[in-house]
Amino acid sequence: MILRGQLIVPLFCLVAVHLVVLLAGFFSPYDFAEQDRDAPYAPPVRIHWVNEEGRFLWHPFIYRWIQQPGEFQAYREDTQRPYPIHLLPQGSQYSIVSTLSWNRHLFGVDAPAHIWLMGADGYGRDLFTRVLYGGRISLFVGLAATLLTLTLAVSLGTLAGFYGGWLDAAVMRFVDIFLALPWLCVLLALRAFLPLHVGPAEAFLLLVMVIGTVGWARPARLVRGVVLSAKERNHILAARSFGAPDLYLLRRHILPETRDVVLTQAALLIPQYILAEVTLSFLGLGIGEPVPSWGSMLTSLQQYYVLASKWWMFFPAMFLIPVCLSYGLMSNALQQGMNRAEE
Amino acid sequence: MKVGLSARTLALSLIAFLGRPGYSIAFGLPQQAEELLRVDAPAGISGGNLVVGLRSEPKTMNPVVSNDASSREVIAQTTADLIHINRSSQKAELALASSWKVSPNGLLYTVELRKGLRFSDGVPFDADDVVFSFKVYLDEKVDAPQRDSLMPGGKPIVVKKTGPYTVTFELAQPYASAERLFDSVVILPRHLLANSYLEGKLTRAWSLSTPPKEMAGLGPFCLKAYVPGQRITLQRNPYYWKVDPQGNRLPYLAEMTFLFAGNEDAEVLRFEAGETDILSRISAQNYAVLKKEQGSRGLQVYDLGPGLEYNFLLFNLNSTLPAQAGGVASKQTWFREVKFRQAISSAIDREAMTRIVYLGLGTSLWTPTTPGNKLWFDSSIARPARSLVHSRELLKSAGFSWRPDGTLVDARGTPVEFSIITSTSSSQRTQMATMIQEDLKEIGIRVQIVPLEFRAMLDRVLQTHDYETAVMGLGGGDIDPNSQLNVWLSSGDDHLWNLGQTKPATPWEAEIDRLMTRQMSTLATDERKRLYDRVQKIEMENLPFVCLVSPDVLVGATHRIGNFRPAVLDPQTLWNSEQLFIRDERKAAK
Repeated sequence: MILRGQLIVPLFCLVAVHLVVLLAGFFSPYDFAEQDRDAPYAPPVRIHWVNEEGRFLWHPFIYRWIQQPGEFQAYREDTQRPYPIHLLPQGSQYSIVSTLSWNRHLFGVDAPAHIWLMGADGYGRDLFTRVLYGGRISLFVGLAATLLTLTLAVSLGTLAGFYGGWLDAAVMRFVDIFLALPWLCVLLALRAFLPLHVGPAEAFLLLVMVIGTVGWARPARLVRGVVLSAKERNHILAARSFGAPDLYLLRRHILPETRDVVLTQAALLIPQYILAEVTLSFLGLGIGEPVPSWGSMLTSLQQYYVLASKWWMFFPAMFLIPVCLSYGLMSNALQQGMNRAEE
Repeated sequence: MKVGLSARTLALSLIAFLGRPGYSIAFGLPQQAEELLRVDAPAGISGGNLVVGLRSEPKTMNPVVSNDASSREVIAQTTADLIHINRSSQKAELALASSWKVSPNGLLYTVELRKGLRFSDGVPFDADDVVFSFKVYLDEKVDAPQRDSLMPGGKPIVVKKTGPYTVTFELAQPYASAERLFDSVVILPRHLLANSYLEGKLTRAWSLSTPPKEMAGLGPFCLKAYVPGQRITLQRNPYYWKVDPQGNRLPYLAEMTFLFAGNEDAEVLRFEAGETDILSRISAQNYAVLKKEQGSRGLQVYDLGPGLEYNFLLFNLNSTLPAQAGGVASKQTWFREVKFRQAISSAIDREAMTRIVYLGLGTSLWTPTTPGNKLWFDSSIARPARSLVHSRELLKSAGFSWRPDGTLVDARGTPVEFSIITSTSSSQRTQMATMIQEDLKEIGIRVQIVPLEFRAMLDRVLQTHDYETAVMGLGGGDIDPNSQLNVWLSSGDDHLWNLGQTKPATPWEAEIDRLMTRQMSTLATDERKRLYDRVQKIEMENLPFVCLVSPDVLVGATHRIGNFRPAVLDPQTLWNSEQLFIRDERKAAK
């Protein structure tokens, strides 16, 4: 019961985040590439309930940011005209999961004002919109790369553990080599040799391949260990003595034994891979502009000026914390569940 | 023991002086009176230590092998040249030379040296040092970075000593403003480096681990100490050859310390914290941060206006392409169409680029010669504003059309799309590329940005030619058009858009070759200016580079520095280091 309680909160958080990110087009007020070149690094807008006369309004509104004369990137509210926040206004066209096309957004304001909930980046693009779209890349790279890693790890680990002998030795030496490689340097070198035309979809696949391939070695070792101990268990020895074929043994008895390890590893690997994507994109090795990812959005923080004076540029990092924490809690709960089951 | 050492040093000094012509035995006193140079600057206060931030650690103290900015910045303080370009007026001035004469045919330069000068170790300077220095720089085996500039027209300058203080320089062909070639060609002490040179070890001499006593120069300072990873300290050269209007020997400063910061941000933090006195090459963003704080922190930042750096979009027009770059060849059909390049130029919003990338601290550019080049910039060149209508007209007249969804297609129906490579080390250029991407989307062109590690990008542009377009920057150096010969001549090593040409690929490149060669051998400045203006116009019409923005030169200094007069040419802040002084004596004493 406690275990279920421990799982529900992080699971709910993760489902919510993934849903919002999946429906980024609806939840965000703008297109992720739309620039307002008159407002680079505009700070988050203030939502007002009380107008200039001091009267409380039931309909919240914002004031438009305008540049302070004679100063670059310093803004003040233009209180001449309030812009009420509309629900479900029309805006840029977007598609939901690449199928449905719509142009209504959850909220918005009339042009020329912009409802920058989390401020704007250096090109005057809405940061909130970009965080939501960026999450698509960062979160789904994590998921897809984990799937790839675990497929590789389970296949190779099971083969090595189950058959042993030269196959085991070969796979394990391969694992050693993979663990010894300086991956960041290899990736940096690899990018220089890749073709120049890598579209967002190809870049996404490439990221998944790269991240997923790099991390299979450790879980493969774990799976091998589980398989090694499982294959010596009495019921498996008995099944074997009754003439059960290898495939049957693997499917029916051995692979189910690895389930807990695989689930725990998944919960551990997904946040690791999300962070790996963030690191690669931070270093300019991710998906190119203008498609956002949390890592590429954090790149601007490499500049001291942004780091010191544009606090809202940290928002993508703020999203990483609950996501990674939720996965961490989930992995913890799974681990505890495993231990209890063993007891 | 101490007495013994001193006696030995004295004896060695005597031998050194006896071995050189023109010096009496009377304890090394020169026969000639010192011909000092009087500088026209407000008088300062002697003493004090100036602390300067240095972006990275210098690699050497040897002028013959230094090719990194940090080494050059330090070496500039310990050495001197015959003729020097005044960074403020941008004109050539006398330095170690007391006069120079040019023969009527422009081939022979006769340079008279200042008499009675000494290196920082007290050993006199004469024509032998000059001949030795040029011999070293022109030696193919030494492969000094200065060698190329000392070979106008591809042939080395012939240097001869015609008197103890007279040297002639013979050029193979007339070369306009040849005196500017002498700038930064520093004079080496023959007495210290001749042996290394003869043994073929000159390139290994004067490393950072060499004891300061084994180095000497004619600059305002000489090396005192080097602490690896931390700092280099220079001390005043007691024999420096400049004096202030009151006749006081310069430099004013007793010491100058360079602190190694590692990167610009760390350098800014140190400056902000008051650990350093002078800051050069600040980005617009850091300038904005410092400007807000300048009142409260006792520092001041300066916007010197546009420098010589120009950023541009480069099209790959190379005739030789690698086998794997098949896609580039098909796109070159568009790139070679001048109207296509003009359309791209017309669609780019340079004003927004200046505003966003440089916070308005820059200048939109249409040719590579920036307004920072006071003498050669052609102000009559048109600077058309962004016009998508004009851009579309140009594309239409070149046979391009648009699909109903707005995608631009060529005459064969192929969608127009290309990639821009940029360096990951320059966030500004990546920003420019991102803005170009958005601008070109409006005329139906899809652009992909490929940030590459700096070396990988350079390799593609200079070696493999496996790229479509690139956003790059060039600049620095001298203002004279001759310093741009490598870029403009079709055979030049930096003729980036089409490298390795044996003959000009297009009539306009042939025309630029002809004009640049002519201006190089024309001695009249007005005529040269006319010829170079024409080059700029041809560039503007044909756009091998689509020039974008030139950043302003931004520097900073604390209030305690006197005579601080920064300039747009390198070294921007320390070019008059001998005149700099510390206002607050108590602080200086500390």
